[in-house]
Amino acid sequence: MTISLDTDRARTRPRALPLRCRNCGREREGAPAAICDDCLGPLEPVYDPRRSLPDRATIAARPTSLWRYHEWLPLDGHPRYSPDTGWTPLVDAPRLAKRLGVARAWIKNDTVSHPSLSFKDRVVTTAINAAAAFDIGTIGCASTGNLANAVAAHAARAGLDSWIFIPHDLEVGKVIGTTVFGPHLVRVRGTYDDVNRLCAQVADRFGWGIVNVNLRSYYSEGSKTMAFEIAEQLGWRLPTAVIAPMAGGSLVTKLRKGFGEFVDAELVAGPLPRIFGAQASGCAPIARLVERGDDELVPEIPHTIARSIAIGNPADGRYAARVIRDSGGWAAHVSDEELVAGIRALAVDTGVFAETAGGTTVAAALALARAGRFTPEEEIVLCITGHGLKTVEVVGNTAANIPIIAPRLREVAALAAATAAPGVSAS
Amino acid sequence: MSITVQLPTMLARLAGDTQTLEARGTTVGDALTDVIARYPALGPRLRDESGRPYGFVTFYLNDEDIRFRGGFAAPVADGDEVIVVPTVAGG
Repeated sequence: MTISLDTDRARTRPRALPLRCRNCGREREGAPAAICDDCLGPLEPVYDPRRSLPDRATIAARPTSLWRYHEWLPLDGHPRYSPDTGWTPLVDAPRLAKRLGVARAWIKNDTVSHPSLSFKDRVVTTAINAAAAFDIGTIGCASTGNLANAVAAHAARAGLDSWIFIPHDLEVGKVIGTTVFGPHLVRVRGTYDDVNRLCAQVADRFGWGIVNVNLRSYYSEGSKTMAFEIAEQLGWRLPTAVIAPMAGGSLVTKLRKGFGEFVDAELVAGPLPRIFGAQASGCAPIARLVERGDDELVPEIPHTIARSIAIGNPADGRYAARVIRDSGGWAAHVSDEELVAGIRALAVDTGVFAETAGGTTVAAALALARAGRFTPEEEIVLCITGHGLKTVEVVGNTAANIPIIAPRLREVAALAAATAAPGVSAS
Repeated sequence: MSITVQLPTMLARLAGDTQTLEARGTTVGDALTDVIARYPALGPRLRDESGRPYGFVTFYLNDEDIRFRGGFAAPVADGDEVIVVPTVAGG
């Protein structure tokens, strides 16, 4: 089925795909449900294996949004909302490649994701259309910030009511980037994990479409589009390695799934990329699980400035660790000082300004490089998932010692001469 | 000693459609044993075969994850609340 983005939205109503339990295999009709009625395992959409799949040329001719891959998204029919999310730039990063000691490096630049400047636009796009499929008029989320921004923005545009729950002490950029859209924003005393537990109860009680609770089966599939875009933007081929930040752990699992689906569809050839995960040392339950090699996630109480990935009890933690190990990849965690340096390194090497999760990803990649986890022939993509203006506090020191001058040319000349700028003298 | 156990809708179906149960015991594990004795169908969704917490639910004692309090051995007092929440959420 093709998707026309010009269709009359008021009359469109996508159909949400049926669901299957990843744990016990039990199937059910499409529903605003993320857990199995029987065993409480996670539900995933079931795609018809006989459905018609497009070739490269067909995809390439479609509009530049994540809906160009709609055959791999969990909705049939026309999307009602958010038709233009996705297709963010893949930025060649030769200086960062040199820093990492690899052949090539690219930034998958979701800092410029539309409309809320983080990869959470992808998952909210599929979730809000699942809400349309189920005639749900109120959506919501538990969020560390980026998802709050995305839910508020997409709901505002769609004209839906939204209820958004965040830890009480999030960065001001994340808060204002939510309130400006006019949602019901609630600050909860506690960590993200407290907020998440509350939202599980809210979804159970109120019947709202909490995107990362009862719409989660449809929501998380949106992350695959990051993998699809990477493959297409590389000229229909795969990198040898990908590194992404880990919060709940879903993104790394969906990257792997997305690359695998494109190999299965013969749109790209294998081998699949090795998957690497990045966390902050102040909240690194998944990275430590990878390091330990067992299968029991030990929850943590977060203590890090990387608030956007500070989830101490990640729902997909065990799955993420398995995907990383099975792919031949690894995980690293870095200090707050290292992640701030990572933000700076990314900015000066590539012109991309990332929030703390991006700094964590760059710093973890550098740590993995120092540990010999990459080969000199490596072609690696770094998934940079949110814009730096959301967390300006952590790089505030870059604004120290800014010269203040009178509006006189000779004062500029003096400054330029002091920095040995070419072709400038103080006279 | 009376403890309150709060179940999600999905598990309440296994307890006569009751979401709030009263239980007795001196630890979280004791309280759950008491509940399971009355509603045996709940057993496999609260404990795994080895008696440890079932993997797809998280237990909270007065809003705190019991894994930070000693797991099922966490002591409970009169008036405490044990909340059972499906694990698959968030992120």
